[in-house]
Amino acid sequence: MSSPALSQFSIPFLMGNNLNAWSEALAGFNLLGLPLGLVILAAIPLVFIALYSLTYGVYGERKISAFMQDRLGPMEVGKWGILQTIADILKLLQKEDIVPASADKFLFVIGPGVLFVGSFLAYAVLPFSSAFIGASLNVGLFYAIGIVALEVVGILAAGWGSNNKWSLYGAVRSVAQIVSYEIPAAIALLCGAMMAGTLDMQKITILQSGSLGFAHFFLFQSPIAWLPFLIYFIASLAEVNRAPFDIPEAESELVAGYFTEYSGMKFAVIFLAEYGSMFMVSAIISIVFLGGWNSPLPNIGSLALNDMTSGPVWGACWIIMKGFFFIFVQMWLRWTLPRLRVDQLMYLCWKVLTPFAFVSFVLTAIWEVYVP
Amino acid sequence: MSEYFGNIKTGAVTIASGMGITLKHFFNAIHRKGDAGVDDAAYFRQVDGLCTLQYPREVIPTPQNGRYRLYNNIEDCIGCGQCVRACPIACISMETIKVAADDLALCGKTSDGQQKKFWVPVFDIDVAKCMTCGICTTVCPTECLAHTPVSDFSEFDRSNFIYHFGNLSRLEAEAKRRKNAELQAKAQAEKEKKAAEALKENSGGE
Repeated sequence: MSSPALSQFSIPFLMGNNLNAWSEALAGFNLLGLPLGLVILAAIPLVFIALYSLTYGVYGERKISAFMQDRLGPMEVGKWGILQTIADILKLLQKEDIVPASADKFLFVIGPGVLFVGSFLAYAVLPFSSAFIGASLNVGLFYAIGIVALEVVGILAAGWGSNNKWSLYGAVRSVAQIVSYEIPAAIALLCGAMMAGTLDMQKITILQSGSLGFAHFFLFQSPIAWLPFLIYFIASLAEVNRAPFDIPEAESELVAGYFTEYSGMKFAVIFLAEYGSMFMVSAIISIVFLGGWNSPLPNIGSLALNDMTSGPVWGACWIIMKGFFFIFVQMWLRWTLPRLRVDQLMYLCWKVLTPFAFVSFVLTAIWEVYVP
Repeated sequence: MSEYFGNIKTGAVTIASGMGITLKHFFNAIHRKGDAGVDDAAYFRQVDGLCTLQYPREVIPTPQNGRYRLYNNIEDCIGCGQCVRACPIACISMETIKVAADDLALCGKTSDGQQKKFWVPVFDIDVAKCMTCGICTTVCPTECLAHTPVSDFSEFDRSNFIYHFGNLSRLEAEAKRRKNAELQAKAQAEKEKKAAEALKENSGGE
């Protein structure tokens, strides 16, 4: 145990408020020569995903969908059904972990794991606060777009390994969908990267801070930023297989798509991966277009709202709130729109989103070059 | 080309209007849908709000003249057995014992003053079988058999669905049967005695 690391390591709020102070302090913390701090650093987003999908993801979505359909949702387990998710987890834990006899056992078992790792790896570059980021890469945004492609491998492994026609159809559809929508998504994010001039997530966020609050966000910094913002939001829905782009699981046609054969904890891991990537894309869109951990409140005269609501702890609150807002919009869309047909899906990607993404790319470039 | 942009415009407008509708319902989830009945003028205007009824705790009352669970008021039952014969699915089973002459007062009268002539030790209705057709209630001469507004009577054990309405316990029924048998035996003996005397007289007269 090195003494400088120990002196740095104290309760989080005493670690200083400098950029990446918390995560660097954690990364430097070794116990008996073991990089325990790094493990904690990686465990924090993991615990966050688990807690958020347990509360907001499952319970919240059930309640939101119920309210949108004039129902009450879960009401029996605990007051207002708050403990319903705990009961669901208990049930999932007790379930038999079935591996179909004719399944490809290796692919079947690694499928959910790869899927989850794919969505979880992107959390490494998400700045959860000005003082906390898993890995401050200078190509953070590029890494986040690229590593998500690992999910495709997981989905394909799960769908192929299940040895089931529904699963295979679901997997193939999902792969076609994700690979197609990566293009408009990446070009839309490129517009944000052009406005920032960097791919470092932390720097992109810092560039959007200022005393005017939301006016510094990239969404309001250029007259065309709404277009890549919208394109990325639509494409991100498709990338995380959410309705109206949920044709890979299409209950009415494919039972449950690529996870038809999964049960018990493997099923839970697939769900965790879905909720993990939902927050991941929501966080990326808030970082690139809506200022990440920056407070949206402006300083109004002597009322310094922005200064009051800035800081590492506030930052964590802001980015989680922004992420949760976009997850709410995802759920809202899910309970509004019916599922797209496969050809409509491809039409939307190749004939609408991709051309508009190119247009917004060119317009953003012109704006950035010719407008100071 | 104009069709292309027209499609995009239609898509955007319809998505926006759809999301408006769902959001309206989402915010309306803070109150319940009104409970105006069909007779109320406001019935068709109560579109917004939660419509879930948390059943065991909240119940829409069944009509007062609702015809659900079958009930037999055994005090008025004269044991005629018409309901047993009328039931299309044989869900009523009945046993009767004739009331002895000295027991008539004990057996009593129906509420409209008719003398009951049968004990009804067994009057079992299998409410799980009963399809609430109401034929038994129409044939019942004393109107003791009726459907009640009770509609929820689920059970964990199927045998609990057989409702017992008989007015004698097994021991009482046994006693009544023995009494009837004794009376019958006595009557039989008397009859035989009479017949024998008559035979004697006849033979003596010859």
